[in-house]
Formats: sequence, C-alpha cells, structure tokens
Amino acid sequence: MEKTYNGTAVHVNDQGYLTDFNEWNREVGMEIAAEEEIEMTDEHWEVIDYIQDQFQKDVALSIRGIKNSGVINIKDFYRLFPGGPLKKASKIAGIPKPVSCI
Amino acid sequence: MKNLLILGAGTAGTMMANHLQHELPEAEWNIQIVDKRATHYYQPGFLFLPFDIYKPKQIKKPISQFIPKGVGYVQEQVDKVLPEENKVLLENGQKLPYDVLIVATGTHIAPEETEGMAGPLWQKDIFDFYSFEGSKNLRDKLRTWEGGKLVVHISEMPIKCPVAPLEFAFLADSFFINKGMRDKVEITFVTPMDGAFTKPKATEALQHLLDEKQISIVPDFNIERVDNERKMIVDYADREVPFDLLVTVPTNMGDAMIERSGFGDALNYVPTNKATLQSEVKDNIFVIGDATNIPASKAGSVAHFEAEILTENIKRFIAGQALKDEFDGHSNCFIETGHGKAILIDFNYTHEPVTGTFPFPGVGPLKLLQETRMNHMGKMAFRWIYWNMLIKGKHIPFVSATMNEAGKDLEPKKELV
Repeated sequence: MEKTYNGTAVHVNDQGYLTDFNEWNREVGMEIAAEEEIEMTDEHWEVIDYIQDQFQKDVALSIRGIKNSGVINIKDFYRLFPGGPLKKASKIAGIPKPVSCI
Repeated sequence: MKNLLILGAGTAGTMMANHLQHELPEAEWNIQIVDKRATHYYQPGFLFLPFDIYKPKQIKKPISQFIPKGVGYVQEQVDKVLPEENKVLLENGQKLPYDVLIVATGTHIAPEETEGMAGPLWQKDIFDFYSFEGSKNLRDKLRTWEGGKLVVHISEMPIKCPVAPLEFAFLADSFFINKGMRDKVEITFVTPMDGAFTKPKATEALQHLLDEKQISIVPDFNIERVDNERKMIVDYADREVPFDLLVTVPTNMGDAMIERSGFGDALNYVPTNKATLQSEVKDNIFVIGDATNIPASKAGSVAHFEAEILTENIKRFIAGQALKDEFDGHSNCFIETGHGKAILIDFNYTHEPVTGTFPFPGVGPLKLLQETRMNHMGKMAFRWIYWNMLIKGKHIPFVSATMNEAGKDLEPKKELV
C-alpha cells in the first residue's frame, strides 16, 4: 500500500507502518506523528533517534530495552507517546511494529 | 582425553548428555554435567499441580536417575565461565577445563524485577506457577479460596511456555465450574501483548475461547508495580487492575551465572546463532533451550528439536566440519483448554500455527488448532513420553526436528524480517 507524506509516496502495511525504512525522513515522521495526534519536540526526537539506532543494530525493541537505555524513563515514554508508546514510536520512526515475543 | 562440559541438568542439558554419551567415543571424550540441584521437575506439571490434577510425586524425580552411565554428574554451583581459559569456575574454587561447552542453564522467574511483586502478599495472595514451590502453594490456596477477582497476569515477554498463562485461565474456569463456584469468581487475563497470544492466527482461536469462557482480557498492559495495600496491579499508563488473587508470571531471566560470566543480554540470555545454536561468545561454546536468546519459544519441545541438531553440530565441530544451519525454530505445544480438551499448535520461525493434522499428514490423529479430546489425551500421555523417552534422548517416532509442512493448511511464507 502507498501513502503520501510531505509530497513523497512511501510504502506502508495495512496498519500504517513503513515497510521500507529507507523511505523515511523527518518530515514523514512528523506527519505520521500528527496522525497520531502527537506534536514532536526535541524530547520526542531523542527517543526516535535511539529507536532507529537500535533498529539498525538489529536489537528488538522492548520496554526493558527503553528502561535500560538511559535515554528516557518509562513514565516519560508513556507521556510522550500516550496509549501504546512502543507501537506509536515505532510507527513514527518508520520501523516495523515491535514483536515483543514468540 | 578431551572434555565436554554441560552446564545445567534440566530438560535440555539432560537430553544432550544422553545424546552425546551415545555419539562420542568413550575412550576419547570425558562428558560431565554440572548442576547443584538434585531434583528434576516435569515442568509442564506445574500447570496441573495447582488444580490437584497432578500430585507432586508425579512431577519430580532425582536428577541422577536420568544421567546416563559414563557421564559424570558434578553437583556444584557454577560461579562463571572463563571463555579465554576454556574453563568453568565453580563456587568452591575448582576449575573444570573443557574443549566444548554446552550452556543449558535455562530460565527462572525474577519477581524482584517488578516493584512490590515480591512484597508482603507474595505467596499469600500473589502466586507464580513457574516454580514447584509456587505451584504447590497456589494449590493450597485454591483448595480453600472462596472466590473473588482472579487475575492471571504476564509481566514481560519473553516467558517460558508462552501459552501456559492462557491454559491456567482456561483450567481455572473448569476448576471453579466443577467446584460449583464459577459465579463467585471473576477471571481477568492481563498481558503486555496486544492479544491473547504471540501469533495472530492462534490468537483468533484463543480469543474465541476466552469469550466463550467469560474470561475478560486486558491487553497492552506493561506492569509498573504491584500495590500491595490496595491489591492492584498498575501499569506505566497508570491503568489499574484490582485483584483478590493474583497469579502472575514474573519476568523470566537467564541464570545469574551468565551475567557473572559477562556475556548475557539484558535478560541474561546468551547471544546464539538461531540456525546452528553456536554461541556468539566463542566458537567452542554452544547453547540450548531456554538459555539462548533465539526468537523461538522457550519450551521443552523446542529444546527437544534443538537437541537433535545440536548433537549433529557438536559432532561436526569436533570433526572440524562446517555446522549445519538447520534449526528452524520448530515448536509444538498442546494448549489445555479445560473440560478435558486441548488444542495442538505446531509452528516455526516463519510459519504461524495453522490448522491441519499431526503427526501424519491428512490422518492425524491429532488436529492442529482445534479443540479436541484427543489432543488432551496427547498432553496427558506426554508426561510418560517425557520421563521415558524425551529426556533420555530417544527419538520420538514420526516427529521431526524441523517442521513438516505436509498435512498443514499453510499460507504463503511470511517475509523474514
């Protein structure tokens, strides 16, 4: 499925997650955030940078991983991305929905 | 004489001792297995003990009974592995040298990881069923409990046997119906996942059963703490779920020995190649069962399938040959659904659990992803298979280490991420 963010077409799955991280840029992230009713601040971007860095290192995203990251505590993570922070942050970051388990 | 050392005499370690004792020439290899404990538990029995379906003596036997002749049993605590020296340091100061090391130290519950879980109510109104003690204490509690809010809860993934908490909820429903007090018990299933199970296809079938049994589900719940005074579990979004009786699966972690050795991940699991089972620590260290970080279920059936491939790879490693990268994450589990029925699921890294027949394509007698009495019989028969065949490393007829695709209603393979 294709969707247009900021004038560029990107590929997303049926839940709206980007299927190709290479198509992501900050403007795309900002528009996905707006759809989730989140206004991005420096605090948000710090988390997104960390999540993308982990994704590129092939580390699975988890609440524990965030907790140990030193980037943000979990309470603030929920405050920045209310509802499902792991899922929302992943969507904005342009990475697949986290599979926390097997 | 060369040394092969196995750390941990649980399901996986014991199977490897039995396999390798057959496969390695006795004149060349000294095999030893290290575990400070003396009792081998049939862990699937921990699910049935709380409901008085199994008696303690049916699920515990001495470890020594399953260590084959020719394998040394060192009943000591491991302090740490010294990969640079190719030695294992014991707590008593002794060092055991090895040429090949197999880490099979499993996983255990760590309630202290969640604030308030191991507090004043622990083992009084808050129980686990992932340890013999917890399961037995819960049995005693259920014998006299008069009803109220029962909360079945998963703290954090991954956990050993990810279907067990659901099975517990299903069996609790049957248990209270049989006791004539189902109307006095409200059952809630609380999970950090976004549905009943980790695989979407099975989640659909299981969600249907939850509805049918009037078990409510609270998904996406990442626990922050247990409020002992108010008897609530609280998540990071400040959602609260009240309980009278909390049956929780605490955070599961690998052995502290792995942390002391300095090569575990955030949960003390050993980084392991998911197809060969060789560790990423050093080429002469292999890992099997719950101790690995591979994306397969932590379950006895997985350890069983891994054991066949690991045995082959140890032989190849010793002979200086390339390892077989064949492990596909094959997992097979019975899911007890209560009232003498069960579901059977069979899946691997790439295939979701699907409908079909097992183990004979088109024949069965077991039906995949469907609730039947025959599946329940299979689960009950499994205790005998476990004690008499599985941990002794005997091949279970007709069930192969890698998943058989025949007889299954497979969808196209999903893309490997």
